[in-house]
Amino acid sequence: MNENYSVPAVALVVVATVLVGAFGLRISRTTSDFYVASRTVGPRLNAAAISGEYLSAASFLGIAGLVLVQGPDMLWYPVGYTAGYLVLLLFVAAPLRRSGAYTLPDFAEARLGSQAVRRLAGAFVVGVGWLYLLPQLQGAGLTLAVLTDAPDWFGGVLVAVVVVATVAAGGMRSITFVQAFQYWLKLTALFVPALFLILAWQAHGAPRDAFDEPPAFRERRLVQIGSTLDLKLRSPLTVTATGTVDGRRYEDARVRLPRGTHRIGGGTRLTFDPGARVPEAGRGGADALSAAPAAGREERPLYATYGLILATFLGTMGLPHVVVRFYTSPHGVAARRTTVAVLGLIGAFYLLPPVYGALGRLYAPELTFTGDADAAVLLLPDRMIGGVGADLLGALVAGGAFAAFLSTASGLTMAVAGVLTQDVLPARGVRHFRLGTVLAMAVPLAASVLVGGLPVADAVGLAFAVSASSFCPLLVLGIWWRRLTPPGAAAGMLVGGGAALVAVAATMAGYPGTAGTLRALLAWPALWSVPLGFVTMVLVSLATPARVPPGTAAILARFHLPEELTDGQVRAVSG
Amino acid sequence: MPQDPAERRVVITGAPRRARRTSGYYRPRTEIDEQTTLGHTYVRSLMRSQLRAACVTFAVLVLLVGPLPLAFAAMPDGATLEWAVLGFCLYPPLVLLARWYVRRAERNERDLVRLVEDR
Repeated sequence: MNENYSVPAVALVVVATVLVGAFGLRISRTTSDFYVASRTVGPRLNAAAISGEYLSAASFLGIAGLVLVQGPDMLWYPVGYTAGYLVLLLFVAAPLRRSGAYTLPDFAEARLGSQAVRRLAGAFVVGVGWLYLLPQLQGAGLTLAVLTDAPDWFGGVLVAVVVVATVAAGGMRSITFVQAFQYWLKLTALFVPALFLILAWQAHGAPRDAFDEPPAFRERRLVQIGSTLDLKLRSPLTVTATGTVDGRRYEDARVRLPRGTHRIGGGTRLTFDPGARVPEAGRGGADALSAAPAAGREERPLYATYGLILATFLGTMGLPHVVVRFYTSPHGVAARRTTVAVLGLIGAFYLLPPVYGALGRLYAPELTFTGDADAAVLLLPDRMIGGVGADLLGALVAGGAFAAFLSTASGLTMAVAGVLTQDVLPARGVRHFRLGTVLAMAVPLAASVLVGGLPVADAVGLAFAVSASSFCPLLVLGIWWRRLTPPGAAAGMLVGGGAALVAVAATMAGYPGTAGTLRALLAWPALWSVPLGFVTMVLVSLATPARVPPGTAAILARFHLPEELTDGQVRAVSG
Repeated sequence: MPQDPAERRVVITGAPRRARRTSGYYRPRTEIDEQTTLGHTYVRSLMRSQLRAACVTFAVLVLLVGPLPLAFAAMPDGATLEWAVLGFCLYPPLVLLARWYVRRAERNERDLVRLVEDR
């Protein structure tokens, strides 16, 4: 990887982001512009902005890495990220826009008229937002560390500063332009290199063994092991080793490793022969973005897959940066059409990461155990093409990756800052929003610098599971069910979201140590925590029928009636 | 919308919504605005038709996606198929389902507006 090209590419993306943001700043005049772009963003611009915001580092780098390491089962991630928007469209999109609220806490208050529920929803928004910001910052650090010799924290700080500057300066209007620009940048940055990689693949005779399990080395490959790790061998393997293997020093010697687990010392160089089966990583090979809660997947693969499907399908609608976007549509019909456009745009994007995953299995299979799987997208051009062309393509990919960190981090910061400004800081207004922006970014930045080694993909999975178990019941029941009460909503969010939070936190802390059903249940909580959230919300609401908010009928009428019918008294009645 | 030419002129010069509201003193419209039982019936029927459209689409999604992990697990060498289906084939049906639902939801709303404004 040649940093002479990739550093200018990253710098270009950062400068372009600031410039496009400044363009938005010039036309961002009022407080309404600031928060919701005065609700005048048309479907096409808004759809590109939503997609740009949604396609995070986990999508840009993480999916290819996951597929590379764990095989095609991981393709459920992009399918779920896309189908989540379909579920959002079906049950939430238009009524959410018509509710006229700006954030999820606003929605909770507008629907239930309860300050307590509002604060609880606000706490969940801030929590989920911070959980989701953390991997963006750490991913930025990882990328810059792979591309250059920058220290791990530098990329995160860079992203934080740029995001706070653009969000605080221009608010929602400028963010809309920035996000739309970054969607097209990200699509180009994956699409153009993918074309060249596929051409190179065909020039190599279009080998099809990418789909074999497990993958094998195509050619003689020297692998440098970074830090000490365990390799699991399903069959005996002969390698040439320089360094420490199972506690013994070797100097450029042929070593025959029997079936089983072997400890490879840090700094060891292994040379694999063509056709050798790629060993699997044992403990110690843990990875940043692509280390999905692999625990539990091994024992109960089918349960884990269904848990993943449920969490992503239902969790998307509750992600704070996704929800906030719907308020910028001019009306409910536009909100629906925007969502369809979003489905098309992110669906088109998600055709590309599997290409990188498959080619990575073919051309860079050692990434499965060296712990750099997330770098697959960044490394493939160099590995497959080489020369100046590869450097330029690599620079394009690096720029796209940085666009991914910047856009998702901007949207999340916007959403969290909105909640902090409205519910925590003493007064509203643009100045306090800027203070909220700094706060929204400071906490996850501090966490990412302090807690360097946190498995960050778990944080993304956690965010989806918590969102699916808390906000999904609140939104769906709040929009479609007349008998929802404030105590029911609060209990459902606390029990469902809280249970998911506790379960994944326990998994991340390493409990329970033994493999088994319990571990699978805790690592993939959505399958039981989502029904738990729904059932609690329904039962507690039914038990407190006297607490159904007085204006419920009028509020639901406003949620569902087309705008042309509600411009009159209904809005006045329901406040 | 059948309106006489004099009213049409108002639409051009003034805000369109206000113009339509002057013609909105038909019964159903006032019923909705004033939260009467009849108005509630209109809202309920709209909600029911919208929920039905959403649930039908969701059921299709579940039937489409739900059996896939089982099918892949049951097939001994289904890896290539899994790559094809999850990597490519699922996305077009998702977009088509979304478009079908939006058409149906907008039709439901148009039907109600027509009922309320033109009776």
